[in-house]
Amino acid sequence: MTGAVGNACLAVGLGAALYAAGAGVYGARSGRREFVTSARWAMYCLAGLLTIAMIMLESAYLRTDLSFKLVAQNSSHETPTFYKLTALWSSQEGSLLLWAFLLSVYSSVVLLVTRRKLREIVPWATAVLGVVAAFFLSLMIVFGQNPFAKLARAPVDGNGLEPLLRHPAMAIHPPMLYSGYVGFAIPFAFAVGALITRRTGADWIRSTRRFALVAWTLLGTGILLGALWSYSELGWGGYWAWDAVENASLMPWLLGTAFIHSVMVQEKRGMLKMWNAGLIMATFTAALIGTFLVRSGILDSIHAFGASTLGVPFLIFIGVVAIGSVVLLVSRRDSLRSEGQLESLLSRETFFLLNNLVLVVLCLVIFWGTFFPLISEAVTGTKQSWGPPMFERWTVPLALLLALLSGIGPLLTWRRASPATVRRALKWPLVATAVALGVMLVVTPAAESVTSLIMFTLIAFVLAAVAQEFLRGASARRVMARESWPAAMASLVRRNRRRYGGYLVHAGIAILFLGVAASSGFHAQKDVSLRPGQSTRIDGYTVTYRRPTAGINSDRGGTGAPISLGAVLDVRRGGDHWTMRPSRNYYKNNDGTGGVFGQYFTGDSTSEVDLRWGLKRDFWMAVQPDTTGLMKPLRELNRRFSNASERTQIAGFVALMEVYRRTAPPAQFRAIVSPMIAWIWIGGAIVLVGTLTALWPTAEARRRRAASLAAARLGRELSRA
Amino acid sequence: MGRAAAAIHSAGVEYALAIVVFGLGVAFLVVRPLLRPAEREAPDQARREQLEAAKEAKYREIRDADLDHRMGKLSDEDHRETDRELRRQAIEILRQLDELAPEEAPGGPEGADARR
Repeated sequence: MTGAVGNACLAVGLGAALYAAGAGVYGARSGRREFVTSARWAMYCLAGLLTIAMIMLESAYLRTDLSFKLVAQNSSHETPTFYKLTALWSSQEGSLLLWAFLLSVYSSVVLLVTRRKLREIVPWATAVLGVVAAFFLSLMIVFGQNPFAKLARAPVDGNGLEPLLRHPAMAIHPPMLYSGYVGFAIPFAFAVGALITRRTGADWIRSTRRFALVAWTLLGTGILLGALWSYSELGWGGYWAWDAVENASLMPWLLGTAFIHSVMVQEKRGMLKMWNAGLIMATFTAALIGTFLVRSGILDSIHAFGASTLGVPFLIFIGVVAIGSVVLLVSRRDSLRSEGQLESLLSRETFFLLNNLVLVVLCLVIFWGTFFPLISEAVTGTKQSWGPPMFERWTVPLALLLALLSGIGPLLTWRRASPATVRRALKWPLVATAVALGVMLVVTPAAESVTSLIMFTLIAFVLAAVAQEFLRGASARRVMARESWPAAMASLVRRNRRRYGGYLVHAGIAILFLGVAASSGFHAQKDVSLRPGQSTRIDGYTVTYRRPTAGINSDRGGTGAPISLGAVLDVRRGGDHWTMRPSRNYYKNNDGTGGVFGQYFTGDSTSEVDLRWGLKRDFWMAVQPDTTGLMKPLRELNRRFSNASERTQIAGFVALMEVYRRTAPPAQFRAIVSPMIAWIWIGGAIVLVGTLTALWPTAEARRRRAASLAAARLGRELSRA
Repeated sequence: MGRAAAAIHSAGVEYALAIVVFGLGVAFLVVRPLLRPAEREAPDQARREQLEAAKEAKYREIRDADLDHRMGKLSDEDHRETDRELRRQAIEILRQLDELAPEEAPGGPEGADARR
């Protein structure tokens, strides 16, 4: 029944999406509002249907209904319940369903919010959203990516969730990332509507600005969660590898960052209309490329578990979106002329434009580096790729420039600023920056890395500029309203949420950059083989391998790993002393290679890092146990107890674990000391707070909304009377 | 008929039934707006909403410029000029709002009729 209901939801949903597209276009062209309303209801129905489909699929995962191909591929009886729930988006089919579901929810919300606004643009936006939803649904129904596909015979047990994905950050990372990608469909659809109807003023931006900001925040959060997963799960100790899929998520985020800045120029000055429309179209195209890359497998990536064969329809759709956008932009260029012009180079809009150019160039550099293997293969016949040093050579100078611009921007005013006021605005931030630079040179080893030193100096400038903005604003309010400092600060932010939320975001990004610059410029790493009792030193720390550990179903991370081999280590530095327990989890090989006992050592294994978090530095440890000593006992166990009772086999595993603990073979360790890495996550949290501040409706908007709701209700009730 | 064939047949029936149920539900909700007379809007309602939003945005700009001036980021002269320009634009928006037909009672003419 679950499969039938799920399939029916997809089929009827496809019909509803196509109808919404058709009714939207007909309503727009004929002027018949009832068709526009009907199209909006079709999108509501789509959201309802896809919600039911999601519930059906999640219920199949929770029940471990192995008659579903997807459940058998990505879950098992032993998969922990939390990871059964998150297994849905580990598969391609489930991800497509999630994409379509999120799009239907976003679309319903935006169409509800704008049902009495933008009368000319909304029908076309509804049609665009309907077409995008129909494309994703057709991938599931027509192109064989059905999440409700059944197996002719259900297996006894499933493959289980890919071990690398059994991590809390990875459970939330894909929905966040997809929410970001999908969210950019909303401003994209309204931009298309605005261009078609030649309503290219700032109205479409005002109605979709919040959606763009939500998408930008969720995508950024998803990227950070991915970095956290890489750092604490992948066992190499880094958080960013310039991997193709990582880059693919960064590109729309960078373009989205440019967009949420440049739309302010259009709102306030009526400028950059063509640029903004082009930017959101490029952002959405980049979001589609991001989805495509993770699902196509055309580029080698650590995300290879997502590889599949959706290439052709996806590429065609991306091509249609990209070419269609360009054609629309060119055909409407006469409606996209600026209403104003730059009055002075010393103005905020000038610096927004510069920031936009840097962000777009950064995105193009990353695009070039990401697709370089394909480009080089097409041109020379040999696949060459850009490694992290190549990416860093190009992106670091651009990041430094971006940091400088994000410090200067808030100090300038719209339209024009006189040199005298700019000098006054720059004075204290520059003094604070000089003091910070002096302290860094004298007290810290920052001078050992010139790039990091420049970045630290620029970060000090950004933070000082933001602090000055808060202080001067609060000071002005104190004079104006005779308030205390805390009250003045609170009312300043409350009355100017967008501006001061934005400044908080700048401070958060600066702090994030601080973590990146410190951890990449000054981290120490050591790979060493140790026997129990042996010690090693790294960056002033003494690490001693006390004893090996081995356990059955004893994984502390709750991943459901059957076997964990690890180590207990003592770490000392001066009077500070603590114990660390890194381990490696071993998962059963589903094809049975290695025999009853050996199959647990021929399947996937994952590093379970132990981390000591700190504001000054993190101490990171991973272990690679040597299992060669277990091969002989494993062969013996396979030979003697393969057909024995389950109890005897468990006793065999217990004995095997004891062999590992007793023989205590040398293990390979990786120790990393990363300074200030925690500030990356703290900076991310500040960005989130800043965005929420900017998103929160002002008291004035709340009053307006309440009045409009009351007016609508009054109208309804009076018309019934 | 074998057990497998029976299962396939049963799944087919369930699927068809679910399509009919969901299809009818969606059709009902989607067709309903087509059967109702279209909502009557006050003339120029969309234009009025756009102008109201533009007015709010312009007021916000005036307040922003005022805050910048109080913070010392905008000189007296620059503030005077910017403020004058922004107020001129705000007045233009207010003039366009005044040119629109007088706002009817919420809910359109029916609402006004009912009130009378």
